Amino acid sequence: MSTLSERILNAPANEYVDRKVDRAFACDGTGMLALEAWKNMGASHLADETEFSIFFDHIAPANNTTTATLQHELREFAKSSFMNFSDVGCGICHQLMGEGAVLPGEIVIGADSHSVTLGAFGAFATGVGATDMAAIWLTGETWLRVPESIAIHIEGRFTGAAEAKDLALAYVGELGTDGATYQALEFVGEGVKDLSIDERMVLSNLSVEAGAKAGLFYADDVTVRYLRERGQNAKPQIPETCTYTREPEFDLSDIVPLVAVPHRVDTVKPVDDLAGLPLDQVFVGTCTNGRYSDLARLARIVKGKKVAVRTIVVPASASVLTQAIKTGVLADIVEAGCTVGTPGCGPCLGAHMGVLGEEEVCLSTANRNFKNRMGVGGEIYLSSVATAAASALEGEITAPEVA
Amino acid sequence: MLGEGRAVCLPADIDTDIVIAGRYLRTKDRSIWASHVFEDLDPALAHRLKGAVIVAGKNFGCGSSREQAAIAIREAGVVAVIAPTFARIFFRNAINVGLPLIEADLPCNDGNIIKFNLAQGFVEVSGKRHKVRTLSPRMQEILSAGGLVDYWRKHR
Repeated sequence: MSTLSERILNAPANEYVDRKVDRAFACDGTGMLALEAWKNMGASHLADETEFSIFFDHIAPANNTTTATLQHELREFAKSSFMNFSDVGCGICHQLMGEGAVLPGEIVIGADSHSVTLGAFGAFATGVGATDMAAIWLTGETWLRVPESIAIHIEGRFTGAAEAKDLALAYVGELGTDGATYQALEFVGEGVKDLSIDERMVLSNLSVEAGAKAGLFYADDVTVRYLRERGQNAKPQIPETCTYTREPEFDLSDIVPLVAVPHRVDTVKPVDDLAGLPLDQVFVGTCTNGRYSDLARLARIVKGKKVAVRTIVVPASASVLTQAIKTGVLADIVEAGCTVGTPGCGPCLGAHMGVLGEEEVCLSTANRNFKNRMGVGGEIYLSSVATAAASALEGEITAPEVA
Repeated sequence: MLGEGRAVCLPADIDTDIVIAGRYLRTKDRSIWASHVFEDLDPALAHRLKGAVIVAGKNFGCGSSREQAAIAIREAGVVAVIAPTFARIFFRNAINVGLPLIEADLPCNDGNIIKFNLAQGFVEVSGKRHKVRTLSPRMQEILSAGGLVDYWRKHR
């Protein structure tokens, strides 16, 4: 009997396979380098059967002339080669691919490490670098080693102030940053049934922070309904009995709000241990926590109050932004003193739109707190949206209240 | 594939932000990446890497998919990287840009002379031979071609 990765890749764990790629995407950063590799390969025609996309999200809009010039070249290439092209302000690649494009059972390759996010739909989704992407543009295929899998067993329901991000930090803390290297995670158990697609995307998103190659959910009624609302037909995937290398268990009712402290994602502590730590910036957004449900949760907590520290909110996509405008969530956020940036990656990778100064401290809903990532000498703590919202109001790390 | 160099020892869990910071990604100028490689770990390190074999701890190259990390290391003159484990995207990127990687847990002293033979699967540290896992035939082919770009120029 097979794991979901073995089923989708159609081979047993540890075997090397060449597989046709259903969807391949790059962003502005990796796309530029892929284009250079593509030209150096002497290639001219894209492979026929793969759906190719380019998303401008990492440094979008461009921060300076050099970036703008490089982006101009990539934009022209994307358009002239008839790739799907998503320009400045449309949003983050993983979010857009997750708004009804990726389907269960597909092989999805992105030139970005957080491509694992799309495992939330029962697809085998993983990240590669730029030259691998150029080779996929050329051949429509790539080689993969079929991963062994770790089962993340989830039982129960969230009862306190914790949310999916806290579970994600909990499992990265337990596995460590290389606990799943070369392996896939499969999220299974009774507890997954009640998790929304947004929550599943958070859990899949962080899988690469434990070194995993993919983080998969079996498509179920929740997946099918979500995709149907976006005009797609999908079928559930029924789990088989299979062999996992490890099976850590998590009861959602035991999960408490957590914070990952600098400079590792796996150094995780309860929020209560850090309460009172002064902040210079709060950032809510990214492919981890920039979805509509995240913005709505932020708004619910800050509505009618004022944040005590600069708070940057970046919706994950234009449709998230539109929905937040229509429902009034955006007005609540802005009236509370937060500022809102162009849909995209925002300051997560320290390139623009909220870079930290030396010795400044940021509480972020992103997925990485590596040294100097958001600016030289800045320190990054990672948390859920609820913790970020409660902390923004106080100007210091603060435990969220039970909703 | 054969090679040799002087050992430069690095710790475990070196992430790609440490290899090349995001602030240097807004360019295609490889010399910029080479001169700022490992800057946030040790600003002087970039200048000691010509002809070096990096011997690092586990999980080398974790984090982002930025291929600039592997390119920066190679452009700085590193001959190969040895570590007990590599993050998987970095592993692919390194092979694809022609930077040999060796999965091995070896003792390290800065300046040790290290020789390796990837086809036969051994590394010699100051004359003492250690057997190591060989790369797959395809990876060796890509490395011998000088990386995936040159591999596809030949095989297209």
